[in-house]
Amino acid sequence: MEAAIAIEAAGKRFGEIEALGSIDATIERGRLTGLVGPDGSGKTTLMRVLASLMMPTSGRVRVAGYDVAEAPDKIHELTGYMPQRFGLYEDLSVIENLRLYADLRWASAAGLEAIFARLLDFTQLAPFKDRLAGRLSGGMKQKLGLACALMGRPQILLLDEPSVGVDPVSRRELWKMVGDLTREGMTVVWSTAYLDEAERCESVLLLNQGRLEFLGPPADLTRRLQGRSMRIRGVDTDRRRVLSEALDLREICDGVIQGESVRVVLREGADRSALEALARAHHGRIEPVAPRFEDAFVDLVGGGPGGHSVIAEKMPEVTLPTAAAVACRDLTKRFGSFVATDSVSFEVRQGEIFGLLGPNGAGKSTTFKMLCGLLKPSSGTATVVGHDLRHATSRAKLELGYMAQKFSLYSLLSVRQNLEFFSGIYGLEGASRRARIDEMISTFELQRYLDASPDKLPLGYKQRLALACALMHRPPVLFLDEPTSGVDPITRREFWTHINGLVRRGVTVLVTTHFMDEAEYCDRVALMYRARLIALDSPDALKRRVATAQKPEPTIEDAFVALVEAEDAAQGGSG
Amino acid sequence: MSEPLTRERSSRLDRRRLLALVRKETLQVVRDPSAILIAFVLPIVLLFLFAFAVSLDVRDVRLGVALEADTAEARSLAAAFAATRYFSVTPARDRRELEPLLMLGKIHGMVILPQDFDLRIGSADRGPIVQIITDATEPNTANFVSGYAEGVVSNWLAGRDTRDAEPVRLEPRFWFNPEIQSRRFLIPGAIAIVMTMIGTLLTAMVVAREWERGTMEAVMSTPASILEILLGKLMPYFGLGLLATLACALASVLLFDVPLRGSWLALLALSCSFLVPALGQGLLISALARNQFVAAQVALISGFLPALLLSGFLFEIDSMPIPIRLLTHAVAARYFVASLQTVFLAGDVWSQFLPNMLAMLTIGSIFFSIAARKTKKSLDT
Repeated sequence: MEAAIAIEAAGKRFGEIEALGSIDATIERGRLTGLVGPDGSGKTTLMRVLASLMMPTSGRVRVAGYDVAEAPDKIHELTGYMPQRFGLYEDLSVIENLRLYADLRWASAAGLEAIFARLLDFTQLAPFKDRLAGRLSGGMKQKLGLACALMGRPQILLLDEPSVGVDPVSRRELWKMVGDLTREGMTVVWSTAYLDEAERCESVLLLNQGRLEFLGPPADLTRRLQGRSMRIRGVDTDRRRVLSEALDLREICDGVIQGESVRVVLREGADRSALEALARAHHGRIEPVAPRFEDAFVDLVGGGPGGHSVIAEKMPEVTLPTAAAVACRDLTKRFGSFVATDSVSFEVRQGEIFGLLGPNGAGKSTTFKMLCGLLKPSSGTATVVGHDLRHATSRAKLELGYMAQKFSLYSLLSVRQNLEFFSGIYGLEGASRRARIDEMISTFELQRYLDASPDKLPLGYKQRLALACALMHRPPVLFLDEPTSGVDPITRREFWTHINGLVRRGVTVLVTTHFMDEAEYCDRVALMYRARLIALDSPDALKRRVATAQKPEPTIEDAFVALVEAEDAAQGGSG
Repeated sequence: MSEPLTRERSSRLDRRRLLALVRKETLQVVRDPSAILIAFVLPIVLLFLFAFAVSLDVRDVRLGVALEADTAEARSLAAAFAATRYFSVTPARDRRELEPLLMLGKIHGMVILPQDFDLRIGSADRGPIVQIITDATEPNTANFVSGYAEGVVSNWLAGRDTRDAEPVRLEPRFWFNPEIQSRRFLIPGAIAIVMTMIGTLLTAMVVAREWERGTMEAVMSTPASILEILLGKLMPYFGLGLLATLACALASVLLFDVPLRGSWLALLALSCSFLVPALGQGLLISALARNQFVAAQVALISGFLPALLLSGFLFEIDSMPIPIRLLTHAVAARYFVASLQTVFLAGDVWSQFLPNMLAMLTIGSIFFSIAARKTKKSLDT
């Protein structure tokens, strides 16, 4: 039997830009295949080629036995495709969306009601069938999108980043549903930028910068790392320092913070004696851990950056007059009758990384914006370094640096003009302003790009520039809103190297993230769910809370799911 | 798995799929406040605007009349000025009384009947008998004042001469719009503007919205053909355009006192013909611009503005410079406005309608053929 999908030397160019290099791969029938890679790696382009919505500029692609360039109609009949953001009509109700796609895909008219009933049951959307799609939560939209793509019983199901913007609980349900489908014989291609999702796929196509880096079962890739992933536990010094020193070792190709421990990956064939010496110096011990897909990815692309942050070294030591860098008490925000943040209270100590975690719509962005003075609270108080955000907003703002999602740079200004602008709004003047700009240019190595638009910068440089702009006035408190979304793992590591360095200088960091494993970098994590704070603890303590005999080492995502489910149970499943 | 290749099927038409798309679009129109706003509220606002706020008529022009000669003849002419409904007259004995009023803008002009008025009338070669001075800071009004004042004088002269037994008497008659109310030709023209908004702006925007929200991508991945997708878009907006036209026409007749001298059938036929280029243009814009902001801008500049400025709706085409006049032939609204004014004010003149409809359909088919070439069932641009 022919493979479900056969890709032969397929490439795709958009003018000068090569989105896909020459790719060769086959995708087997009846399997769940992950199309995995960081943002910008060419996943969506390949998905669109598979759905016959784009033609490859070279090579051939056959889907269900038909060439995508020659028989798009056949492919549209035989495949179900869910684009990013699910392709739903938000002003149509659930059942109207289903009916539309049923008609378009020619689901057999007889027994249509039975099909709807089955799909509504399968997706647990039956109670919401008359609700407008725009009013559904991210998780429900995703299930409805899946139901629409399933109309007409496609042989092949193509899901483009179905888990973006969806909370971990819904994500798990989707995995289960897709598992059921493949057991019934359907071929499913699931694209994702979350490398941890790759481990759940039966087979993986790993893309990076338009190239195919790996094809096969994910275990085959992680097996190469056997004995090279390890964890340093119980160090008596700052674990961030240990990480920084470890990353500077030649033998180490990757390292991240994992709660109280430091997780590192040895280079292939490297000797571990240097690492052992390092662990001994800090009175820690090394223990082996199971390699993860992300370890393998970083290893495959040649390892992450070193552990040094030049910017942090230039930053003077910060000491605050107050014990709490940021504090809020009964912070509440209402939009009309909708409560976005419901009496949230916490204190962030100086020099810690404090994470705000939660699914989309849980209220973390609203809380975050109130804390950095961008939104006025409906009630409750918030202070930054002792300055009340209600009365001394501008004083408080001078104490903080803010990096918004998607970097918030001005693309019509050059890199230099961006730096000048941000130094200006933070009140720097004259010689000190020039000196600070020059310092930023040299530490972040921006000389080459000074006259370019930020849009033209490579991702890593763009991130450096955004960080440079936020740090221009040397703020003691740094607010980072989804700083690493849309960023590849290597650039993310470089970013965290800077952040770790700054924190070691006494800077306080507040961060929101939807990468669950990034929560591990935090000293403490506040978990938000339905506008309320449902847990606040260190990552390790959160994980310990949900550890069971079956699962002695839960991930932070496991902890998240368990805590949310417990919260739902406590609320009696209301809402 | 070796069926013959099925490329030609991308132009197929399936009733169930088409109906599904039309139903979806209709539901969206009904639920989308902005569509209702553009299709029904905006037209009514425009009609009110053109009916009451915009008027090209000049009324109640304040005119000073300096009666420096106190003779029966002069008084008779002064009375003729006072009698016309276009002027409200400020009488004076001396031009020096009026000059300050003109300076202050209290009057728009003045007519001076000089002391030697009788002498001037009586002279054989008959030079100018009055002096007309206008405030040219408002050129339109100034033109009107001088033109009408001259008219009053010549009318008066003609009347005076007839009294001296002249057989022929001229009396101007204005056909079709006897009171020369600009509202009567502005409102039919406004319908063309409204249809342009619905056909071009709304269509361009709703297609762009589908691109923006990613629903176009989802629909394109289904077996629906591009023809079905486009027809499913156009049919509801064609219906909406006709409904809005009907609403406008009813409002014109019932609320704004515009006569419909032609038939509803002719109006319907003309409206259908105009919707073809209007929708075609919207579709072409949406094929090129895939975001709502750009689509709206392009639709306003290439659709709304020409319909407003180059259609003969506000500005007479005959008084435009030749290059611009030539350009108006490419504007579908031009043919529609001319025919609408005819169908409302004159009646069914099919000898005018048919060539105009042909012109509109030609422009429309050009738009459609370019749009069809540019729109593929593909995300490749």
